[in-house]
Parts: sequence; C-alpha cells; structure tokens
Amino acid sequence: MSALRPYLPVIGLGVLLALAPLFVTSNVALNFLVFTLIIALAAQGWNLLGGFGGQFSFGHAAFFGVGAYVSAIWQMSLGLDAWTGFVAGTLAGAVTGLTIGFLAFRAGLRGSYFALVTLAFAEVFRVLSNSSEATGGAAGLLLPLRIGAQNLQFADRSTFLAFVVALTILVLLLVQWIRGSRFGAQLVALRENEEAARALGVDVFAVKLKAIGLSGAITAAAGVLYLQYFLFIDSNIVFGTWISVEVLLAAIVGGLGTVLGPVVGALALHGLGELVKHLAGDLPGIDLAVYGAVLVVAVAFLPGGLVGLFRRKPAPRQVRKTAPEGGRV
Amino acid sequence: MTKLHDQISRRTVLGGGAALAATLAMPGVLRAQEPKSVKIGILQPVTGNLAQDGELGRTGAEYAIKAVNDAGGIPSLGGATLEMVFGDARSTPEGGTAEVERMQSEGVAGIVGGFASPICLASSQAAARYDLPYVVDVGVSDKIVQRDLSNTFRFGPGFGTCSKTAIENLVKLNEAAGKPARTVVLVHEDGLFGSGLAKLMATELPKYGFEIFETIAHPTPARDMSNVALRIRSLKPDLIIPSSYYGETVLLMRTLYQQRVRPMGYYSVLNGAASNMRFVKEFPEIANLDMDCNHWHDPRKEEAIQLKKAVEDAGGLWAYNIPLNYSCVKLLADAIDRAGSVEPKAINEALAASTFEGHVMPYGPTKFDKGQNTGAAPVSLQVQDETIKVIYPEEFADAKPVFPISG
Amino acid sequence: MYSPDIIIEALLNGLLTGAIYALVALGLTLVYGVLHIINFAHGALLAAAMFAVLLINQLFGVDPYVQIPFLTVIFFAVGYGLQRLIIGPASHGRDENILLVTLGLSIVIENLLLAGFGSDTRSLNTDYSFNVYEVGPYLLSQVRVFGAAGALVTAALLWLFLSRSDTGKAIRAVAREKIGASLQGIDVAHVYAVTFGLGCACLAVAACLLLPTFYVNPKIGSAFVLVAFTIVVLGGMGSIVGAMLGGLIIGVVESMSGLFLGESLGQIGIFVIFILTLLLRPTGLFGAKA
Repeated sequence: MSALRPYLPVIGLGVLLALAPLFVTSNVALNFLVFTLIIALAAQGWNLLGGFGGQFSFGHAAFFGVGAYVSAIWQMSLGLDAWTGFVAGTLAGAVTGLTIGFLAFRAGLRGSYFALVTLAFAEVFRVLSNSSEATGGAAGLLLPLRIGAQNLQFADRSTFLAFVVALTILVLLLVQWIRGSRFGAQLVALRENEEAARALGVDVFAVKLKAIGLSGAITAAAGVLYLQYFLFIDSNIVFGTWISVEVLLAAIVGGLGTVLGPVVGALALHGLGELVKHLAGDLPGIDLAVYGAVLVVAVAFLPGGLVGLFRRKPAPRQVRKTAPEGGRV
Repeated sequence: MTKLHDQISRRTVLGGGAALAATLAMPGVLRAQEPKSVKIGILQPVTGNLAQDGELGRTGAEYAIKAVNDAGGIPSLGGATLEMVFGDARSTPEGGTAEVERMQSEGVAGIVGGFASPICLASSQAAARYDLPYVVDVGVSDKIVQRDLSNTFRFGPGFGTCSKTAIENLVKLNEAAGKPARTVVLVHEDGLFGSGLAKLMATELPKYGFEIFETIAHPTPARDMSNVALRIRSLKPDLIIPSSYYGETVLLMRTLYQQRVRPMGYYSVLNGAASNMRFVKEFPEIANLDMDCNHWHDPRKEEAIQLKKAVEDAGGLWAYNIPLNYSCVKLLADAIDRAGSVEPKAINEALAASTFEGHVMPYGPTKFDKGQNTGAAPVSLQVQDETIKVIYPEEFADAKPVFPISG
Repeated sequence: MYSPDIIIEALLNGLLTGAIYALVALGLTLVYGVLHIINFAHGALLAAAMFAVLLINQLFGVDPYVQIPFLTVIFFAVGYGLQRLIIGPASHGRDENILLVTLGLSIVIENLLLAGFGSDTRSLNTDYSFNVYEVGPYLLSQVRVFGAAGALVTAALLWLFLSRSDTGKAIRAVAREKIGASLQGIDVAHVYAVTFGLGCACLAVAACLLLPTFYVNPKIGSAFVLVAFTIVVLGGMGSIVGAMLGGLIIGVVESMSGLFLGESLGQIGIFVIFILTLLLRPTGLFGAKA
C-alpha cells in the first residue's frame, strides 16, 4: 500500500480522465479534450526536462514537429502503417532530443543559453521543412483520410479521446515512477544545484541527456497525435513557436516539476481560453487580452502553479538564476 | 446557454463598427416579427496573423445575411431569416476545427469561410464528420477539393485555375501591346500560396516565350526587401510578378520604387496588396498601373456596385474577400432554399446541383464538379486613376489595360 | 555569380538593416544584463510603440522623427510602470514566473492593439520616404540611413549614461552584484524599473526610426524578436557594444545569405550563427566569461 501511495493522485486523475470518453458525448467537449490532452502530453515531455531537471527549453516544437513529420513521411512516402509510424515518430523525437542535448550539454549550456539554443534548433527545422521536398515544402502534408483503427484514425472523436487518455495515463504513471526513481532524484538534485549534484557523484551530463531524450520522445508522441487527429501538418503548425510556448505555459501554470501539473495546467489554460471566448463579445482580440491578463494575475497570486494550491506544505524554493552570472552592461 | 449564444451572435451581426451597425439595424426589426430562423456558421480568422483578411471576409458575410433577410429570407422555409453564428478560427487549423464543432452543436445548416488553406483543410474535414455543408471562400490549395468530401464546395478558383488564367491574360496583354515584354522575375512568399503559384508560373511561362530570370522566395513576415530590390535592379526584367501578402508586397513595391526600378509592368497573381484599396490610397503613385490577377467582383453587376458603395460609405475598404464571402453566403442560402430543409444531405445535394447566378462575382452560373465551381476564375485588374479596374477578360472589363508603362 | 557592385550594395544594406536590429536588441540586452530575464513582451511593446507613432502622426501630423524625444519619455514611463507595478510584484522573483508574466503581457498588448487599431497592416507615407543618397553606383535609402545613424547615436547615449551618470553606475552595480548593491543602499526595485524603462525607451526610438520605411500591424513584433534574441546572444547578454556589433554582423549575414541562398532559406544563416555561437562561445563575442 505504501508503495502505491505516491501513485494515488495519478490514479485519481487517470480514473477521471478515463471516464471522460464514456460520459462526454458533446463533440465540442470531446474535441476540446482531445486537443487539450495532446498539448498536456507535449507539456508532460517539457516538464520532465524543464520542471524536474530545471532545463528550460523554448524549442520543444522541434520534437513535436519531428514526431509529426516522421510519422507522416513514414505513412505517405514509405507507405508503412500508422502504428509503426507512431513508434517511429516517438523514437525520432528521442533521437532529436539526444542530438540537441548532446551538443548543448556538451557545450555546457544552461539557463537562458540552453533555452535560446533549443529555440534556434526549432527555427532551423521550421525553415528547412518549409523548403524541403521531402516534407511537402510549404504546402505541408495532408494525410489521406482512411478511417480505421489500423490507420490510427477513428470514426468518432470519443475513440480517439480514449486513445489519447490511455497514452496520457501511461505517461503520467511513467513520470510518477521516474519521480520516485534514482534517476528522478538525480534530476531534481541537478535542478537545485548542479555543482552540488556533481560533487555527490551524479553524472550530470548523462542525466541531462537521458532527460532530454525522454522529453523529446514524449513531446514527439504528442506531435504524432496531432497529425493523426487533424490529418494535416505544415512547418508553421508543427514547428511553430506557438507549440513551444503552449507546452511551457501548461507545465508552469499547472505547477513546475509536479506530475499532474501539465495536465492540470493545459486543462485550466484551454478552459480559460474557451471561457473568455464566450464572455468577451465580438471585438476581435478582447478575449485573448483578457486571457493574457488572467494569466498575469494568476501568476501573481499562485506563484507555485495550480497544483501548488492542493499541497499541504508549499515547498519553499530558492530563487535561482537561470543564467550564469556575469552579464555585463 | 442558447440564450447566451443568441445574444452573442446577435451582437456579432450588429458588430463590426458603429457605421455597419447602423446599416444593419434592419434585422432587429425583422426579428420582432419572429419568423423561423436558419443558423449559418461564418468561420473567419479575426485574431492572429490572418486577422486582416478574416475581418474583410466577415464583413462580406454580414452584408449577405442582411441582403438575404431583407429580401424575405428563405422562401421555401416560410421566409425564415438567416442567423449568423460567428466563429473566430484564430488563424490556426485547430482553432477552425474547434469552431466547426461549436457551430455544429449550435445547429448550423452550413458553414462558410476559412480563408487560409490550412484552416479550410482542417475545418472542412471536421465538418465532413457530420456531412455538414462547407463552402470554402478563398483557400486556393487544390488539395481542398481533391479529397472526395461530399460536403466541401469551393466557390472561388484554386491555384491551377488562377495561374492558368493569369498566364492567359498576361499573354493576351503582351500580344495586344506588340509583345514588348520577354523577361520576368518572380517574387513570392515562401508559404503554401506563394510557393505553389510561383512553381506553376515558373513551369508555364517559358512555354509562352517568357524567360524567367530568377524566382525569389521571401519569408512572411519579411523585415527587409532591399536585397530583393537590388537583385531585380541588376536583372532589369521587363515584368515583375509578385505573389505575397499585403505587408511584404507594400514593402517590396516601396523599395523597388525607391531604388528607381521601373519595369514595363507589375503583374502580380493573387497578391495581397495590388488589389487592396488601402495600398492604392496610402501610396497612390506606387500603386498606379499595377496589375493583379485576383478574385474580384463583377463590375457590371448592379448588386456588386451597391455592395461596394455600402462598404465604402460605412468607412470600410474594399477588397476581394468581401464580394467573395458575400457570394458564398448567398450561394448557401440559395441551396438551403432549393433543398427546402436544413438537412445537411439535402443541402449538399442542392449545392452539388447548383446553377446559382445571384452572386456578384464574374463567374456565370455556378456548376460544381467534385466540389469545385468550374465557372470560377480570377480576373486581371489594374490600378487606374486611384481605383481598381478590371482589364481582362474583356466581357467583364471596365477599363482598357495600360501596358507597357512608359517612362 | 554577382558583380562586386551588388555585393557591396548588399553589404551596405545589411549594415543599415543591422543597425535597426541592434537598436531593438539594445533594450533586450540591457534588461537581460541587469534583471537576468528574457523579456517576452519586447516584440509586443515594439508594436505598441509603432502604433503610437502612427496614431500621433495621424492625429496631430507630427513627423515620426520629431516624436522621438516625446515618445522616448512616454515609453520610459510605461516600462518603468510595467516593471514596478506588474512584472516585479507578480513574478515573486522566480524566473519561470517572470517568463509567464512577460508572456501574458505580450498577449494582452498584442490583442489590445488588435482590438483598438484593427488588424489592417498600415504604413506611413512621408514626403521624404522615397529619397535616396546616390553614392557612386549605389542608391542608399535616406530614411534607412537616418535609421542607422539614429541607432548608433542612441547606443552611444545609452553607453554614456550607463558609464557616467550615478543612475547608470547604480544599474551596473546591480547588474554585477545585486545583493552587494542593495547592501550599499541602492534601491534594487527602482533600478530594475529604470532599466526596464530604458529598454522600452530604446523601442520607442526604434519605432520612430522604423515607421517611415516599414509597416505596422499588431503582430509585427514577432518579425524582430527572434533576430533580436540572436543579436543579444551573439553580442554577449548584457553588452551594449556587443549588441551594436552583433546587430551589424547579423544584418550583413542576413543580407549575404539572402543573396546567395535566397531570402527564404537565407534565414538559416542567422540561426546557424546563433547555434554555433552558443555552442562554441556561449558568452558571446563581448560577454564576460561565465
């Protein structure tokens, strides 16, 4: 029982999510849940690296896009099936993560420097995929509509939701397990103080690499889901900065470095987005302005994220510098 | 909930500027008599990168709804009025999809709009789940009508037709002037629309004896056009063919003008600026005699002239999105009327069999083949006397082309 | 492939454009150097400044260049207020929260501009917009030359202010050692706000210089933000001289890679430089060693 105890919140949220496809019938709500959970999943990937490991990335679009493009090319150009495409896309995300991680961490990049290099990689991928023939160039790739479970395309939205929910629960369990594992402890240790972690014998480079590989895989899986759901991708959609921003927003708003944070954050942000859309009338932009304002106010009053609300003892956290000191004016 | 939405969509109909609200005061009176109403979804990106076009599209749709309602609504449904359910696609495919779902849940009989190809692709596919009629307003990617979706109809022309017509008109223009132009530089934005067009032009134009000096792609947004201008200046082409969005085209034309590049003509295709009155008003000397092959209203139709006047009197600027969306909404209204029902299947069948002529575009009777209106074609336009005139094809023209530009 | 004349002129174009980039990057690097935050609202604030220039021009017919002193003061106040009243208190000193707050602010500003000014792309036409300087075979746009000169003057003034004035010295002290500075009686919150205000003032100058050659819409900031980040990194985060040189280098690189790879693929040149700088010399050309 005690071994299961840390899993209780995850199981609780998992059960709630699992009930959704059974009880939600409105397609508006189903569509909302599917898209929100795709973002939540991508954010879960970001959280593993950024939340637990303290390595903020501004370029998770790189992984999201690699997953989507690899799976699309796998199916369209190579004529292979969607399920292996899902696996291929996810693995490609891991490889991309390892490559970027190897270069960036080898160079000792941290804080803002790491954030900006990831952003640059995502932009390079965006520009390349926009001009390369293999990725369909600027026209993007339109996955042919072939409804059938073998093609990972479902006739109704609730089946797709069930699939996304299953994946989300799987990843939640995985992250919860990592959190309790030795690897998880090492990650948190290097977030709190990299030098101290190193002094304690943690192989910082290897731990970071492992984290970014896993992170890339999870976010790439979300990219594949986006492809399978909307059946159309182009460079500005899957490599666009919007997705990099969405995932870090969801993870931070939900609660940095918490297991449930990304899911809670994505649901809250998208819920808020829908709410203001209904309330703010028709002058374009007002709803999004309200959204932004609520975000600022929420940060002011909930500095620990939403999940922090439910913690009995808010864990005091040191104010860290994201960047090495020495910026000179 | 329904009440709330009614308020929102009413407000939406009445929104869009105080002046417009005044011209739209009538529906309120009609509503008082409370005939049945038919909801139709108007999907446009009014926030995000495409907001400028989305706002124009919405304006066109609003005027069409007012026109249909003023003329007695849908006769076969006892004069039921059209009621707009507006959705902001937020310039993204997923934003469009979410709005389609909401519109479906609110019981719309059909959806008009989308503007950009990615939004149209995703939204029409979402609507296809319910077989919900979807009329694409602009979305020029030919993939939109190559998916065998029984609910998707594109009233306007696609890439293929646009570039074909553009080339035909260009050849005619050049021949009529004694073939002065031989060399061309293509400038295009690197997205789906610009790249697609440039590719077609680059393969087709040489067949008519034109030599393509260079094809220059640029990103959107572009920060600087100096180098593009520099290359064009050194190449000295007879013709410059730009396909870009508004901001970049304005930047390009300004820079070329400043760099004293004076070709025989600018002949753009589906360009964001050369057929936008804002450009003509803000930079009359640069816009003067620019040509563009684009969607445009039929200048011979009284209804089109009236619509243009109404928009301009209300302080709006005229652009092709307005008559195109106006026509699409009227096309859908006509199909609903002939279907005599709001059943999706019946409306789709009515659309597929449509011979609608009550639009304001230079198209002739509507005829859909696999979802594409085969009668649709762009026209060639030229800025003359600080306004935009149709120069080709002759049957729709309200001005003679000025080409080559001397000086 | 290209004649030397074209290459030289493209080089000049790159320098002129780069100077304006540098000016946009100046505010960003200053804020980064002192507050150690990446200000995501920078692009939106630039858009706001450009709309302000347009509005004042249309309402009162004031030339963009004449607006510089006035708008600089206004935007200094705006920046000071934003940091003092919103960003500082709301972020509780946590990096992730500063990120959220500036992101939130950028969403608010961009969409208020959309609601207020509409989505149209607008330009400002002045009588001198199309004047050129003929230098040998080259045609240099007058407004772009003004822009570059203005950027250099602004950077020089800022540098003088930081190195000579008491406030400037306080800013540098806080940048180097926050706790030490506050122990010496420097009001850190005030210095932060002044810094943020200066960053916004730079944007106001940039807006006045840009508008005669460029266009404006609510999303315009995004066109400059990424390139500004690149410059900040290249020049070394926090370095004013670095930002100026970084801007000029990026301008030339963009111009050259645009010429040889095409404008579209040419953007890669910038990002490759960006990545290489980070991987090989993360402190930038002029930053102190980490």
